[in-house]
Amino acid sequence: MEKKLVTPFTDEAAADLRAGDKVLLTGTILTARDAAHKRMIELLDRGEPLPFEIVGQVIYYAGPSPAKPGRPIGSIGPTTSGRMDVYTPRLLDLGLKGMIGKGYRSPAVKEAIVRNRAVYFAAVGGAAALGAQRVTDARVVAWDDLGPEAIRELDVVDFPVIVVNDIYGGDLYEEGRRQYERGGS
Amino acid sequence: MREIDVADVTRAIAELAMDACYNLGDDVLAFFEAALEREESEAGRDVFRQLIQNAEIARREAMPLCQDTGLAVVFLEAGQDVHFTGGSLEEAVDEGVRRGYTEGYLRKSAVVAPFAERTNTGDNTPAILHTRIVPGDRVKITVVPKGGGAENMSALAMLKPAQGRQAIVDFVVDVVSKAGPNACPPMVAGVGIGGSFERVAFLAKKSLLRQIGSVNPVPRLAELEDELEALCNDLGIGPQGLGGRITVMDVFVEEAPAHIAGMPVAVNIQCHSARHKEVTL
Repeated sequence: MEKKLVTPFTDEAAADLRAGDKVLLTGTILTARDAAHKRMIELLDRGEPLPFEIVGQVIYYAGPSPAKPGRPIGSIGPTTSGRMDVYTPRLLDLGLKGMIGKGYRSPAVKEAIVRNRAVYFAAVGGAAALGAQRVTDARVVAWDDLGPEAIRELDVVDFPVIVVNDIYGGDLYEEGRRQYERGGS
Repeated sequence: MREIDVADVTRAIAELAMDACYNLGDDVLAFFEAALEREESEAGRDVFRQLIQNAEIARREAMPLCQDTGLAVVFLEAGQDVHFTGGSLEEAVDEGVRRGYTEGYLRKSAVVAPFAERTNTGDNTPAILHTRIVPGDRVKITVVPKGGGAENMSALAMLKPAQGRQAIVDFVVDVVSKAGPNACPPMVAGVGIGGSFERVAFLAKKSLLRQIGSVNPVPRLAELEDELEALCNDLGIGPQGLGGRITVMDVFVEEAPAHIAGMPVAVNIQCHSARHKEVTL
């Protein structure tokens, strides 16, 4: 069964999502990866505001390939989320509600997810031509100089993701693997 | 003596880079289609459905399969009877990468000063170039766009001879286990055994050029590959780490003689976007 979710989203919407749920996202999401996260934390350390409203926001860990003429965006799929772990709890504590990426999160991030009633989604890594088809518009919000690592606001329609970590402590990577693991290895 | 203008090398590399990034190999696509029948996990089957659809879109639209179009790894085997004319061969290779990644709207993912400024070079150069001199008057060029996520999960161990075969098996399975969802499974484990510190890493990388499903001609290595594949799939990681029967598309092993004191092992992890294209000039 596929659920639909409008982004940005609220605590109430997060409560309805469980690890393993397939979800189609429609609304706006922000791209940010390594370099943008580093700059965000530097801003916060200096007591300055982030260049976007973070409450309820969804950050997609992605750096798209360049857009061909006439297209809103190039190929876009998730990058490995774990590299952002060192920055993530602080953003969650400020109200970040959703993250899209691929791969394991640290115990500190998982605790911050539960504490802040947030959700970690996985998109299919490498399905980036498909991903581009679900993006209807893209605008650079900050740090154009970072090229593929700039923060972009994307308009997405029925963007396919699956819930990995939910507000209840569910973890699809652990549960899915346990279900199919065979002993002796 | 055969003369080859380095401009031909530039052109070939630019075309190979675009071809590799847009057009998934038939072997990988065939694997996805068979896996759709074989995978027991519903989430896993959904991953394969998306990957098949993704490959169709990328081919039709001439756009990258994956946004991470990698560092450009280039294998260039030059016949010793070839004389390159028209400029520097290495510069011609970088020019090919520059053109392919710029004209093909591929992502530029190379940064200088890795622990300092990390400024993007802007054109995805320099290439990671491996040259080899071979008999003959032909030039074989292979371009491998190598993404960062799977590369980051690769590892190397200088094992002791007394540890034997089992230590190799344990190391490879452990690397795949730790790679998990980070490496975009179903992955390929390219395994190098023997040689020196740098040779073993090269062997692991080179093994990734094989076709998915190909059988190692050395029975001892074919048997090791089969055992490793079964053990990796038993991990239950599954497509994209969501749980399932298919964690690896294949395991390839290449070996070389080692020092009497050593048994190096390297595992180069390749994501399912196993891209490599070759041409012979």
